Amino acid sequence: MAAALSGLDASIVLRRSDDFVVDIRISIPSGTTVALLGPNGAGKSTVVQALAGIQPLDDGTITLNGLALDDASNGVFVPPEKRNIGVVFQDYLLFPHLSVSANIEFGWRSRGLSAAEARKQCKDWIGRLELAGLEDRRPAELSGGEQQRVALARALAFQPDLLLLDEPLSALDVTTRNSLRTTLAGHLVAFPGPRLLITHDPAEAFHLADEIYVIENGSITQIGTADDIRLRPKTRYASDLAGSNLLHGVAGNGRVRVGAHTLVIADLALTGDVLVNLRPASVSVHRSPPEGSPRNTWQTRVDRIELMGERARLLTGEPLALTVEITRAAVEALTLHTGEEVWLSVKATEIHAEPIPTGVA
Amino acid sequence: MPGRSPAALLILGSIGVVFFVVPFAGLLAEVPWSDLPQLLTEEVVVDALVLSTIASLSATLIAAVVGVPLAWVLARVDFPGRSLVRGVVLLPLVLPPVVGGAALLFSLGRRGLVGEPLYEGTGLLLPFSIWGVIVATTFVAMPFLVITVEAALRNMDQRFEAAAASLGATRWVVFRRITLPMIAPYLVAGLALTWARALGEFGATITFAGNLQGRTQTLPLTVFVALESDRSVALAISLLMVAVSLSVLVALRDRWWQPR
Repeated sequence: MAAALSGLDASIVLRRSDDFVVDIRISIPSGTTVALLGPNGAGKSTVVQALAGIQPLDDGTITLNGLALDDASNGVFVPPEKRNIGVVFQDYLLFPHLSVSANIEFGWRSRGLSAAEARKQCKDWIGRLELAGLEDRRPAELSGGEQQRVALARALAFQPDLLLLDEPLSALDVTTRNSLRTTLAGHLVAFPGPRLLITHDPAEAFHLADEIYVIENGSITQIGTADDIRLRPKTRYASDLAGSNLLHGVAGNGRVRVGAHTLVIADLALTGDVLVNLRPASVSVHRSPPEGSPRNTWQTRVDRIELMGERARLLTGEPLALTVEITRAAVEALTLHTGEEVWLSVKATEIHAEPIPTGVA
Repeated sequence: MPGRSPAALLILGSIGVVFFVVPFAGLLAEVPWSDLPQLLTEEVVVDALVLSTIASLSATLIAAVVGVPLAWVLARVDFPGRSLVRGVVLLPLVLPPVVGGAALLFSLGRRGLVGEPLYEGTGLLLPFSIWGVIVATTFVAMPFLVITVEAALRNMDQRFEAAAASLGATRWVVFRRITLPMIAPYLVAGLALTWARALGEFGATITFAGNLQGRTQTLPLTVFVALESDRSVALAISLLMVAVSLSVLVALRDRWWQPR
């Protein structure tokens, strides 16, 4: 396993309760950023605790640069303080009673370096993260962005083998978040080891990660690049992230039955349980029954209209709850308002359906 | 003031205030101010002052050395019977001190469960010695420290300790550099409470250690004895103790009450 010698290889099994088990595999080569993207309660923080050594595994192994940190079957367990993993914690957890420099030097001081020696080691990081002049401040006296940089410096200063970022931007307001995302990308790239970003924010994952693992209900439901997730989401959650429609249906004879509605599809051979992916932009909106070729035409009501710049997103109701994306100009031309009846149409060739992959709920 | 306060509350509240003010006013009115320097340097007073200082500070020190780890164990280690142990540790808070003193006498006295072998083995006799005073005051006062520090340890965000561990700190370093500093305000408050309680200890001390001037007669005991013989000495010591208690309150004012 030459590839495993440099990077993180983890198979994590942790039983959180009788009916919630986190069971995932993650592989991160050095120099690569992986995002673990999932909703709240999916098991993301459990993964952080397992990797950091706060929670021993129930089953599985964690190997970092070829060294076993946790191996449930062999009784190997390296305690957190011996793991050499730099963690940027959610809410940063900067030590409130220590100055900025003491926070950053903490990793080296814990490793037995003298105060002077630790200061020398960390001086570089103060400059790199633009914290010069703030050395003697307490964390409470810093802005959110400054706190984030101190947390990053503290996690990076002792030259860890793995960088773990747990929701590094969620403590910030939206404006700061957007500007810091770019800065963070730069720091991530500069870190030579494997990097794992834990987040519930698709923008963060799409922007910062080379590869995205989607975690839902304790399992990985999809692995891929940002484009893979965006264009070919495999679960309802992933599809919501990308703003597309992912529907469960039963196929047969060139049709898919989705709830109370039947869609005509192009693939005549498809049968059984399928996932239907209906891109929001592939749906047309009309004021009166449309003429011409579309075989999928139905009447529905506009439940909500969201304007997003030049685009608009409509949420429609019975018989098929869909997200529909049209131009803002179209909304105005059609004089659409919430609660109104409209006609929708989709070409059969625009409906992508595939058999439900095993293991994906 | 937004709206009017109900008259009944104001009246009952005022009665409460009067109830607290009158005793202190009475005490202050009776104090023989001009004789104070002479009264406070009388041998019986100086003996008691020295003894009380040593005993209360020793009790506080013991409480710090033993009570903080005890609080940590109660807060952080999950073991069977923890509630029971906590109950026993905190019992002296609600137990009449005299009963505490009696319990000490039956266990650590000359004929006691532990006291007898201790005396026969080492010749050490706790009752009627300063050691007895220290044991009695520690027994009564230490629970204040344990309960305060345990609450602080429970309420502190333990994720900071995990963060320190991830930075390479051993559990001892985490305790010393993160846990202790983060609970420091509560630790100080607990120590002050413990010391104040130790200084005022009466019932357990007189029951277990006796009332020998220069050996086991602390300030509160001296007040009690002096009330029968020399009331001005009792007043002088009482004033001194009120002043000390007031200082403790003022020192802890940020913790307990906010002056406006």
